[in-house]
Amino acid sequence: MIWNEEFETLPREQLEILQIKRLKDLVERVYYRVKPYREKMDAAGIKPEHIKSLADLQKLPFTTKDFLRDNYPFGLFTLPLDQVVRVHASSGTTGKPTVVGYTKRDIETWAEVMARALACGSVQRGDVVHNAYGYGLFTGGLGAHYGAERLGATVIPISGGQTKRQIMIMQDFGSTVLLSTPSYALNIAETMADMGVDASRLSLRVGIFGAEPWSENMREEVEKKLGLKAIDIYGLSEIIGPGVSMECIEAQHGMHIFEDHFMPEIIDPDTGEVLPMGEKGELVFTTLTKQAFPLIRYRTKDITRLIAEPCVCGRTFVRMEKITGRTDDMLIIRGVNVFPTQVEHVLMGIEGVEPHYLIIVNREGSMDTMEVQVEVSEQLFSDEVKNLEKLSKRIQTEIKDLIGSTCKITLVEPKTIQRSEGKAKRVIDNRNI
Amino acid sequence: MKVDQIAVFLENKSGRLAAITKALSDNNINIRALSVADTADFGILRLIVDDTEKATRVLKEEGFTVGKGVVIAVEVADRPGGLSRVLAVLHEAEINVEYMYAFVEKSGENAVLIFRFDDPDMAITILLNAGIKILTGEEVRSI
Repeated sequence: MIWNEEFETLPREQLEILQIKRLKDLVERVYYRVKPYREKMDAAGIKPEHIKSLADLQKLPFTTKDFLRDNYPFGLFTLPLDQVVRVHASSGTTGKPTVVGYTKRDIETWAEVMARALACGSVQRGDVVHNAYGYGLFTGGLGAHYGAERLGATVIPISGGQTKRQIMIMQDFGSTVLLSTPSYALNIAETMADMGVDASRLSLRVGIFGAEPWSENMREEVEKKLGLKAIDIYGLSEIIGPGVSMECIEAQHGMHIFEDHFMPEIIDPDTGEVLPMGEKGELVFTTLTKQAFPLIRYRTKDITRLIAEPCVCGRTFVRMEKITGRTDDMLIIRGVNVFPTQVEHVLMGIEGVEPHYLIIVNREGSMDTMEVQVEVSEQLFSDEVKNLEKLSKRIQTEIKDLIGSTCKITLVEPKTIQRSEGKAKRVIDNRNI
Repeated sequence: MKVDQIAVFLENKSGRLAAITKALSDNNINIRALSVADTADFGILRLIVDDTEKATRVLKEEGFTVGKGVVIAVEVADRPGGLSRVLAVLHEAEINVEYMYAFVEKSGENAVLIFRFDDPDMAITILLNAGIKILTGEEVRSI
């Protein structure tokens, strides 16, 4: 089912007319209301009146996560806080999170695109939506929640954790749709096996999985173990949250980008040049309609390609392939974005810790685990076990406080972590995604 | 009354202890007493050697993390109840033992107990008052 037939099947020419109108409005709003944007555009010699066609988008400077950090927390909001009805936040590259804001209309827009996304996955009124995305500052829980309500489905706002209880509720309430990270879905499947609950005792029909990269193999595994159709959803809090793009159940191939709200470009990450349709590169988004926190040419650092070919489902929006990598070293561990620089930030805050560390990521069963190796300097060393264990615990707690994820700390001898000339190797990712 | 001890961080991988003992042997340093504290993830080697300064330097040069500290060496008769009596005295005085290890002297008549205390000075006072014999660093090194 197509939720918003009018927009989702717009012929390209009409879509482009709508996009340029919205783009001009966006550039004006941002230029006149947000000083850091104005300064950036002035430095590039671009005025709002220079934007006449969609091709002119390329003249505008990129926006990066660093730019967001420099204007933390609300410096890039185009409206005063009395117009902002909600904020969310995601991991920043250091100690400070990336903050995003929404007006009442932004929340409406988000519910609309998320309802479209769920409809892409065949969710409709009458479905019982088991929303296991985390509720809180993370956009996943509330974003999916509002979309499902907009659709008229019955939402169970279960959030993450307490897996056995989740399984009981899915059984008792007759959940038909599961929303979670793909790794959590696998965790549920494994817990069900341990409890002796067969998938046939559940009513699950569709799983909408996102917030972390997953492979086609993982799709097959989840589909088999939970007896459902697994569909991929994409989003990032900077752009709006979940619901930026979504795979349709008909094709299960590529995620339709809701282009009337989010305009994609694929660029060469090194030169910044826009690549021809179909080529692989870094995904860049411009939010055409967002009010409180719009972004112009935001570099997602996700690597993918666009698919322009028409889709069997009838939607005219372009599709993006599954994300195949990152241009930076961001890791996604159990749905949480982790930057090695965050770990570094914690370590540097502890007196005596050497700036040499190594992050090792593994997948044990369906769970991702993160180990951080830290060199023990003379200053940190003690002849008493309890002091060293206290040190490990302290590092572990501080990392957990900052990134929200538990990791194992391994103390290693000094100078055993490889020193590299040039870019230091900080991460070993053993997961086969 | 205090004895110098060196502690070395041991990563949990094979060959580390061997590397330390080799470095000491190559430099003609004799180990008088040792103990290893191990956890699931790492170990701590504690050593009393005949030349603390030299051993520290050699091990640091080999890239090990080395810490220096003081322990108390107590000599007791090598027969049942030797250790028990010392611990009873410490317990009575509410002196906390961080860790300890022991070895038997060559003669076989006495045993030496090595203690690590939070407050070594207080421990020395208590032990001496109870008539317990404390060895000097020189005595331990020459055993």
